[in-house]
Amino acid sequence: MLELDDITAGYDRRAPAVRGAHLSLYPGESLGLLGPSGCGKSTLARVAALLHRPDRGTVTLDGRTVTGFFHRAPRSLRTAVGVVFQQPRLAADPRLRLRDLVAEPLRATGRRTEAGPRVAELAERVGLGADLLSRRPHEVSDGQLQRACLARALVLRPRWLVCDEMTAMLDASTTAALVAVVEDYRAETGAGLLAVGHDPVLLDRWCGRTVHWNEIVKH
Amino acid sequence: MTPSPPATGAGADAPRPGGTGPVLHVEDLSVRFRMPAGRYVEAVTGATFTLAPGESLALVGESGCGKSVLASALLGLLPGNAETAGSARLADGLDLLAADERTLARTVRGRRVGLVPQSPAAHLTPVRTVRAQLEETVRELAGPGYAGHATEAPEAPEAGTGPAAGGRGTSSGASDRPARRGRRHRLAALRAAARAAAGRAAFPASHLDRHPHELSGGLAQRAATALALVGDAPLLLADEPTTGLDRDLVERTVDELRAHTRADGRALLMITHDLAAAERIADTVAVMYAGRIVEIAPAGAFFGSPGPRHPYARGLLDALPERAFTPVPGAPPELGALPPGCAFAARCAAADPLCRTRLPALTEGVACHHA
Repeated sequence: MLELDDITAGYDRRAPAVRGAHLSLYPGESLGLLGPSGCGKSTLARVAALLHRPDRGTVTLDGRTVTGFFHRAPRSLRTAVGVVFQQPRLAADPRLRLRDLVAEPLRATGRRTEAGPRVAELAERVGLGADLLSRRPHEVSDGQLQRACLARALVLRPRWLVCDEMTAMLDASTTAALVAVVEDYRAETGAGLLAVGHDPVLLDRWCGRTVHWNEIVKH
Repeated sequence: MTPSPPATGAGADAPRPGGTGPVLHVEDLSVRFRMPAGRYVEAVTGATFTLAPGESLALVGESGCGKSVLASALLGLLPGNAETAGSARLADGLDLLAADERTLARTVRGRRVGLVPQSPAAHLTPVRTVRAQLEETVRELAGPGYAGHATEAPEAPEAGTGPAAGGRGTSSGASDRPARRGRRHRLAALRAAARAAAGRAAFPASHLDRHPHELSGGLAQRAATALALVGDAPLLLADEPTTGLDRDLVERTVDELRAHTRADGRALLMITHDLAAAERIADTVAVMYAGRIVEIAPAGAFFGSPGPRHPYARGLLDALPERAFTPVPGAPPELGALPPGCAFAARCAAADPLCRTRLPALTEGVACHHA
């Protein structure tokens, strides 16, 4: 279970971006969260991915109450969640070749030796050719870079995936391709998914259940 | 929506579209980049299209297919290693590809071609307010009436009734007035013109003193649109104007762009990968693949019945979540290593040996041997 209970979070305690939000995901479930831009859904997605400490409320991940967020989150919890952000340019270190970008979580958790075969397998899965893997972010398109970012999110085999507007910058074909990659991974591993977005057509097609922002926050 | 009538034309000597000829006529436009070791990247090849007054053309395609290079070419913003061929003529005959930098800077950008940018939050200067940026643009584009060093002062228009945007035509001989009073009038006129420009793009006057980071995505987009409309350019170029906006905002943005295009007889070239936005705004759709326009069709026929004719265009539409939601298999070829035949052959179910060896020409709006 991934449970967000009465979450209030933001960047200024006097004006929180999220007020009293409730959200729960069952293992293996895919949940779409719909909301207009600026409503605070990305902040909530960051809380769910353990990347932002809420001002109030509790996050429970697979039965454990999360006490530390961001770099204070225990590794066993942090590696259980894979995240894909909206803007691949801002989410990729411009100095790393795509191969190293995908392998970075393995390196950071001391499992560098697994990188070779795992990166090759994921590159194939997300549709990145060998020559693309040796390029740096400025040498590839947004769509290709987002493919690498998705591979990076999957490299530690997370039990949960948080996709925050993963496809907002992408064309229709790349969108369909990346959603298919996520769904294949979920079918194989039983991972749960929180997909945040503003396109009801896409989320209805993608997720088993969609909720609107207004339904999960206090008014 | 807009309280004031449009400005009566920029002070610059940009002619308005004649109403008969096309606003833009692009003929066989090609752009290639010279790379190290004598290699070339063919970013755009043989693009041909025409834009009539009031027409919106959506140029769609996957990221990296050459759409944005085409836009840069039309504004003369290509990097130094680019080589162009063909022509892109405006209504008055000026070839945008042949024009020198001085002509482009002084008479084209902002005056004859307005740019609605991708990610307006990044396009606006972060440390200055929207008002400051609008006033600067009006001062630069709308003639000498607003410049501090001008010798003549325009009549101060009443606030909110629309600017006397042109300095030369509308100014009254004010040489007998004290210089200080003239300057005050010019400032008042400038302020009013900037307010009116904001009003035309439905940017709320209450937000004029905000900095870009204090604006929502939709308002930042309107601020950028307001800047693009200041010069009253007959051609608007919108490069991915809706990327990252939510659906409601996308619809509002494209509706507004369409209104600006229709009402004033401008032409709009919108570059986008968002097919829903293209469907909403376009009169004509051009599909680009690997640097070439592979299909150009009226929007109604393309999105409705009989639908697209090029297999790539069909695949692109089928990838939409409201349709089959299946991606086009494979990946587009590298623009530096294009195959000899049809660039889509490797991903196409209908490809045969002819497709792999001979390049299909764009005939009757589609470049496919099997269409």
